[in-house]
Amino acid sequence: MSDLQSPTTGKNGAGTATAGKASEEAPTEATAGADEPTATRRRSLLPQSTLLRHLLVLLIAAVGAVVLLEITDPFTNSQLATLTYYAIAAGGLTVLTGMNGQISLGHGALMAVGAYTTALFLSADEPLPLPLILLAAIVTATAVGALVGVAAARLHGPYLAGATLALAVGLPGLAIYFHDVLGGEQGMRVRAPRAPEAFESFISAVSGNSATNTKWLAYLGAICLLITYFLLANLIRSRIGRTWRAVRDQEVAAELAGINLGAWRVLAFVVSAAAAGLAGGVLALVVRLAAPSGFTLVLSLALLTAIVIGGLGSLLGALLGSALLVFLPPFVTDLGTGWGLNNTEAAQLAPFVYGVVLIVAMIFAPAGFVGTLRMRWLTRQAKRSAAQPSRG
Amino acid sequence: MTVIAAATAASTLAACGGSDDGGGGDGGGGGGDASANEASDIGITEDSIKLGAHFPLTGVAAPGYSEIPTGSQAYYECLNNEGGVNGRTIDYIYRDDAYNPTNTSQVVNQLVLEDEVFAIVGGLGTPTHSAVLDFLNSEGVPDLFVSSGSLLWGEDPETNPYTFGWQTDYESEGKIIGQYIADNFPDAKVGLFLQDDDFGEDGEAGIREYIDDQIVAAERYTPGNTNVGPQIAALQAAGADFVVGFNVPSYTALSQLTALQLGYDPQWFYSNVGSDPTLVGSLLNNFSQGQVSDASLLDGALTTDYLPTVDEPDNPWVQEFQRIWDECGGEGELTNYRIYGMAQAYTTVQALQAAGQNPTRDGLVEAIEIAGGDWEGPVLAPFRYSEDSHMGTAGMSISRVTGDTTEEVEPVQLTDIGGAEIEPFDGEMAEVPENGIPNEESVID
Repeated sequence: MSDLQSPTTGKNGAGTATAGKASEEAPTEATAGADEPTATRRRSLLPQSTLLRHLLVLLIAAVGAVVLLEITDPFTNSQLATLTYYAIAAGGLTVLTGMNGQISLGHGALMAVGAYTTALFLSADEPLPLPLILLAAIVTATAVGALVGVAAARLHGPYLAGATLALAVGLPGLAIYFHDVLGGEQGMRVRAPRAPEAFESFISAVSGNSATNTKWLAYLGAICLLITYFLLANLIRSRIGRTWRAVRDQEVAAELAGINLGAWRVLAFVVSAAAAGLAGGVLALVVRLAAPSGFTLVLSLALLTAIVIGGLGSLLGALLGSALLVFLPPFVTDLGTGWGLNNTEAAQLAPFVYGVVLIVAMIFAPAGFVGTLRMRWLTRQAKRSAAQPSRG
Repeated sequence: MTVIAAATAASTLAACGGSDDGGGGDGGGGGGDASANEASDIGITEDSIKLGAHFPLTGVAAPGYSEIPTGSQAYYECLNNEGGVNGRTIDYIYRDDAYNPTNTSQVVNQLVLEDEVFAIVGGLGTPTHSAVLDFLNSEGVPDLFVSSGSLLWGEDPETNPYTFGWQTDYESEGKIIGQYIADNFPDAKVGLFLQDDDFGEDGEAGIREYIDDQIVAAERYTPGNTNVGPQIAALQAAGADFVVGFNVPSYTALSQLTALQLGYDPQWFYSNVGSDPTLVGSLLNNFSQGQVSDASLLDGALTTDYLPTVDEPDNPWVQEFQRIWDECGGEGELTNYRIYGMAQAYTTVQALQAAGQNPTRDGLVEAIEIAGGDWEGPVLAPFRYSEDSHMGTAGMSISRVTGDTTEEVEPVQLTDIGGAEIEPFDGEMAEVPENGIPNEESVID
């Protein structure tokens, strides 16, 4: 199984044909986005080594992020900051759901763990450096994720959804129960550390814009996002990613191949929880508050819809789905106001349109944006290689 | 901190510059002289002032609260028809945060950075507004008249110089309720029914200052948990024959239904937040699936007021607000929430007038600190605004719900947080100005 999925198969002509045919059958509708490496023959200029390729993409994405943040206005900067924490959490969730086939309705709660950890560390008189605090948020969420993962590894489908749902509903309640430490219903206010001077000189060197706190938080989120996606992308393309897919697609075959199903499921949950923890930390900094009402079930469901709309198992899909989550509601509300609706009606339009988009996407693009595009591309590739079996 | 200081200095310079050619700034009057108007700060043009707000327009907190901005909107529209403030019309933008602090932070970013409002006015909710408190104060955006009775908004003007409270804070409310019980029900065994957050905590602290020895039980509920059976049963078991509730309207309905099931019939006293009879009536109808059709269960319950209410049709303020709603409002009836929004808009206009011909953000804050304590209007008791306090109104009256109306059982009492005494308010009800538009002098020049 793992040999077949290795990109090295594409080195000779016969192998190419095999990979092409296998790919025609391999991607199932729901997880088409996850199966990129199975059949991709790279004729592009990208390097052969996965690590080098990802480093190159990371570099391009970093330059793209700086350009994007510098040409947009401050409000779009703040929206992009919001996008980063949704995208980090959605990226982690898409690894869990898309790559490993486990569902989680509890990622909002794991984000709460990260957010409260960040808030607690920052409320100290002399807080630790920010990277250490975010690392602590990741570690705490990972620990909680490992606990949940052990339970989750034994459960399937609706039972797993139910168990993680309990997490989403129950965990924020702890903040109210321990209200002396965690601030109860009104939450813990977070004072984000100010931007270092190096950042200010960087911004004035790049674009001459003023280095506001909003911009600093957007950059912080973008850095976290890029690092997370870089690590996740490498993980997905590695032996670990292949094993996850094996566990997802064929439990029996995977077990016969010597894979310990439970352990690999727990690992998937832990990785995904770590991403959620970091997302929670960034959220606390961007929102400047960690409060139970920010981590309702709606948040967990929003993350799930984001990865489904974007395309399960694809990091790009998770990013696109998160973008829809952030940019669609204000866009629809402004559109509604433009049509002469009053502010209340315009506000009520946003959830409605989001629901319609979700339904339309499920009907016409059941594999999500990225998944559907990739399916088309793969089908075309497969047809072409079937027509010319000995090309190359 | 350096950035804040720099911003303040810059704005102060701007304010000085404005005052040089402000032309004396006749603060009052609806029409004013528009020719001397300048675009004196962000959100202010020669002929408009942009104000922003965040409210729950969708989601669980929307019933009731979503009506507040419609009241404010109606008031501003009627005001604009009469010429606005100093020849500037008010452009009021309110956005939905669904009572989720994460959304609040996004919509307030949008209001401040994209819509570029002059000030945020009446943002609703303690957890929601907490999320934007630091942002607004570090950006130097006036954050007026927060729709919440938390002490956070006004207690510490040094930390939050741009934020002002508006309604009576929960601690002062608790004190006034405590004293009323001590005077009128000295033998009552009092039970407390509290929301488990600042709201319940502040209220309890206030009430315990007066009747600590009368309290036999204090039960707390967690918002979101709809089963209050254990709490009500515990109050009943403790022998409480007088229950004071610091809770939101849905829990007024739940506590009433639960008490009905348990055959428990104490004297009820609901604090202002949870007592709106119309909303509680519709919630009762909803929760009991039609078995209880109106607020008749509330008959005889006591409550507090800091504003006139719709069940006082003879009150001149209510009559004026009714006129404004009929002329400039949208669909639906005038409700207490809409009166709240209009009264808040009225105070906002007072602040804008006091800030002079060409208001600046810092000038607006200064104007409220200087003049805010003397303003009269629909709010029953004066505000506490000064350089040392940004707390809102200081007093409340107590009334009893009887059928569809309420009757006042104790006139307006004044107090403050901390050890301040309670005193009866000796002022008269303010007269309604022409067209319901205040006429304050500018104090900035």
